[in-house]
Formats: sequence, structure tokens, C-alpha cells
Amino acid sequence: MPKYLLIMRGTDESNAAMMADIDEMMATTRQFIEEMVKAGVLLAAEGLDDPARSVVVDFSGEAPVVTDGPYGETKELFGGFFLLDVASKQEAVEWAKRVPAARGSKIEVRRVPGSDEVPQVGE
Amino acid sequence: MGTPDVEAVWRIESARIVAALTRFTGDFGLAEDAAQEAVAEALVSWPHAAPANPAGWLTATARRRAIDAIRRRAALQDRYALLAADLAVNSAAEEGVDPDRIDDDVLALMFVSCHPVLSPEARVALTLRVVGGLSSEEIARAFLVSVPTVQARITRAKKTIAAARVPFELPAAGERRERLAGVLSVLYVIFTEGSTATSGDRLLRPDVAYEAIRLARTLAALQPDEPEVHGLLALCELTAARFPARTAPDGSPILLEDQDRRRWDISAVRRGLAALARASARGLGPYGLQAAIAATHASAPSVEATDWDRIVVLYEALGRVAPSPVVELNRAVAVAMASGPARALAIVDELIAADRLPGSHLVPTVRGELLARLGRRPEARAELELAARLCANQRERSVLLRKAAALS
Repeated sequence: MPKYLLIMRGTDESNAAMMADIDEMMATTRQFIEEMVKAGVLLAAEGLDDPARSVVVDFSGEAPVVTDGPYGETKELFGGFFLLDVASKQEAVEWAKRVPAARGSKIEVRRVPGSDEVPQVGE
Repeated sequence: MGTPDVEAVWRIESARIVAALTRFTGDFGLAEDAAQEAVAEALVSWPHAAPANPAGWLTATARRRAIDAIRRRAALQDRYALLAADLAVNSAAEEGVDPDRIDDDVLALMFVSCHPVLSPEARVALTLRVVGGLSSEEIARAFLVSVPTVQARITRAKKTIAAARVPFELPAAGERRERLAGVLSVLYVIFTEGSTATSGDRLLRPDVAYEAIRLARTLAALQPDEPEVHGLLALCELTAARFPARTAPDGSPILLEDQDRRRWDISAVRRGLAALARASARGLGPYGLQAAIAATHASAPSVEATDWDRIVVLYEALGRVAPSPVVELNRAVAVAMASGPARALAIVDELIAADRLPGSHLVPTVRGELLARLGRRPEARAELELAARLCANQRERSVLLRKAAALS
């Protein structure tokens, strides 16, 4: 079955909304994860730390430049992901619609190519 | 993108819908028919009016169809029965959804689909249909049989279950483990069909194999304290990890010793090893032992660098807990790698003397390989040609014939 990554893309507003009701968000997320586990489709799921604690390594110059924080402005942030093993893109989309996401956030559904599709080293 | 995809929603929800309906109506066949009718209705109506809650829509529609069916039946039988049934269905519908109960329902659905009163083919078809949510067309394609054959198998299976008065419930604790073994073997049959198609022109049917893995994950989530469920899951993941390396671009099979191990799916290996760790809490059962063998292969950089002694020990253990001629044959292959072809040939010849795998192409395949390694070329060639004659998979057969030809 193809794999899909559901990428959580929050905004400053949706992150603030989520933090306001973090307990409920955690509980509904746990339930949602359990549902995917029982459907046999969840391969991995992780949430990411506060973007303010991240570092960006910038390759635009000759040598990589390390700066604090992810972006100049934070309209959409990669906040976490679910990796699913599902039969179709439609099924991934149906799961994505069920994610308990805060208002204002987005979820990107990206296919993960199988190892037989990736060009191999030395070929 | 606004309209929910019927097929996708059905795949996610089918097991729970059929399970809940079966509990409401007490009739597994009726529940399955009503659910199918709801899907047919969804295909017509969703493009016009997308429901806000697709799963709820399917459940409510299926429940209405089930009530209709009970009414039709009751009209022919007994007015009192009608009232009783209607009352029962409606009060059940008002109960609301109990998540703990849904888990038990889905598990009960797996046990019913794999019930020993059914033939093995029927168990496979019913499991894929009611637990996996596959259509008759998909099942027919997977098993290279006609759609009417699949439909007939499913109809017959539902009748058999009704006639045998199989209750919709989890087996009693004492019986549970024994019945669980039956469920595991159905999932393994589905996986095996996907990982080595028993006939036809393709070596692999990955979609079938991955469906079995999904169902095994579901079972592992519902029965987390059963080591063999994790053992089966580990075995499937570790076997599937090799799929990308097992076939050449033209579809012909690539043997283990020639596989490019960089193509093995590392994530699947990792998931398999994690499941194996959970399986080994109290010593390994048959699936766990096979998974441990697959894990030994997965952690070796090459055939030569494989810990063949460990694999021989694991096959010996497997031969004790689940003796079978195929295990003996595999042990012979491992012995050949660990301590040479002569000792392995003795094991194979014992198998032949006992006539324990008559008609299988595997015995002459292994014997041919061993004879070739011993330099007995004309005998080896005859064995490989015999194996090719007995083999039903065209891809495997051409590999055997190529090997035989190389010996002349």
C-alpha cells in the first residue's frame, strides 16, 4: 500500500488556539491516533517542538550559515506529522479530514514513494 | 475535494459498521448485505449531497436497510416478531456508540469471518470482505478467480454461519487462543498469497500482502497481549521488507543471494524488529520463530555473512513447536549454508523417503541446487527440470528452467 505523510501546518493563530485548550486537544489527538492504530494504518506520528527553539542552516551563501528560528515570518509552520500506510490517496485524505486540527491550520497530504521508486545509489 | 470518497470512507469504516450492525440485528449476513446497500446508495447520492458525517451517514443508512429487511421478513412470518425485532433494533440504535464495545465488535467480526465451520477459501474471502472492506472485484483480482466465484463463496459462507448459529461474540477465554490461531493462519494465507502468488504470471501481489499486514496490525492493536499476533506481524513486515529487491524490472524473481540488500525497505525492517521484540516476551511461537529467522537475514549484509548457525537453531526450534515437511526442507537449506550440501542432502533424501511433500516443486528445487553444489550436474539438471514441471508460477518456472539449462 502506498504511504502518505499528513503534515500538520499550523499558523501562529491556530497554534495559539491549540495552546488555549491543550488538554482537550491532547485527548482528542490521542483518540484519533488510537483509531488509526486500530485500523492498522499508522506507521509513525510525531509532533515538533516550539519553532522558536529551532535552528536554520542556510545554504544560500558559500558556507552554511546557522541562525536561530525557522522563518522570517511564520504563516505556516510544520508542526508534526502522521505517516500512514493506506490503499489510496483518497483514503489518506479521509484520514486527514478527521485530524483534530485547530481552526486556521492546514494539513498537507504528501505521498511517500516506495523504496523501489527511489533511484538507488550507484545506478 | 469536498465530497468524501465513498470507497475510502468504506475502507476506513466498514469493519466497524458491519460489526455494529451485526450486534444490533444479531444476523451477520443481514448486516453485511445492509452495509453493502448503504455503500451503493452513497455512490449515487454523495456526489449530489455530501454528508457532513460520512461514517454516520453510512451507519444510519445501513441500519435503515437492515430494519427494512427485518420488516419484509417479518411481514411474511409473524406480526409479533416484527414488533419485537423493530423494538430491539430501535432501542439498540439509541444506545449510542461505546468505543470499547466497538473494539470487541471488530474482533468478534474477525473471529466470525475465520470460524472453523467455514472452508479455508471462504474464511479468506469473508475476512477480506467484511474486515478489510475489499469489494468482490478486488478479492477476485487478488486470488485470480472470477467475481461470481467470490460472490458465491461469500454468500455460501454467510449461509453456513447462519445455519451453524455461530454467535456474534468473542470466543470464551479458554477457546480464545485456539480460535486466534485460526485467525492468524487466515491472515498468513492472505499474506503468503501476496508474497508468492501461487499461480499466474506475477511473483508478487503486494496489494494483497499489504492488506494482510494492515489486518495483522489491527489484530495486534486489539490483542496486544498475544505474542503470536506480534510474531505474525513481525514475520509479515520482515518478509515484505524484501519485496522491492525480489523482482527484476521485467518481473522475474531475484533469489536471496542475488538481491541488492540496499533495496530492502529499512522502515519495514525496523517495524518488523519492533514487533518481534514484543513477540518474544514469553518465548517465541511458530510465527515469532519464523520472524526471528527473517530478522537474522535482515540484519546480515550478505548471504555469506549471514549467521546460518543461528538460522539452523531457529529452524530446529520451529521443527519442535510446529513440525512440517516445509520446515524440514528449509532447515536443510540452512544446514547446507552452515555446514555444506552433503549433510543437507541427507535431510532432503529422508523427506523424500518418507514421501512427506509429494507433488511439491520445492523438494526437487532444493535437491537440484544441492546436487549442483556437489558437482553432480546431470542429476541436478534432472531434478530442476522436474521442479519446473511441478511449479505453477510461470516466473518461478522460467528461473528453474534457466538454471537447469546452465548445468548442461
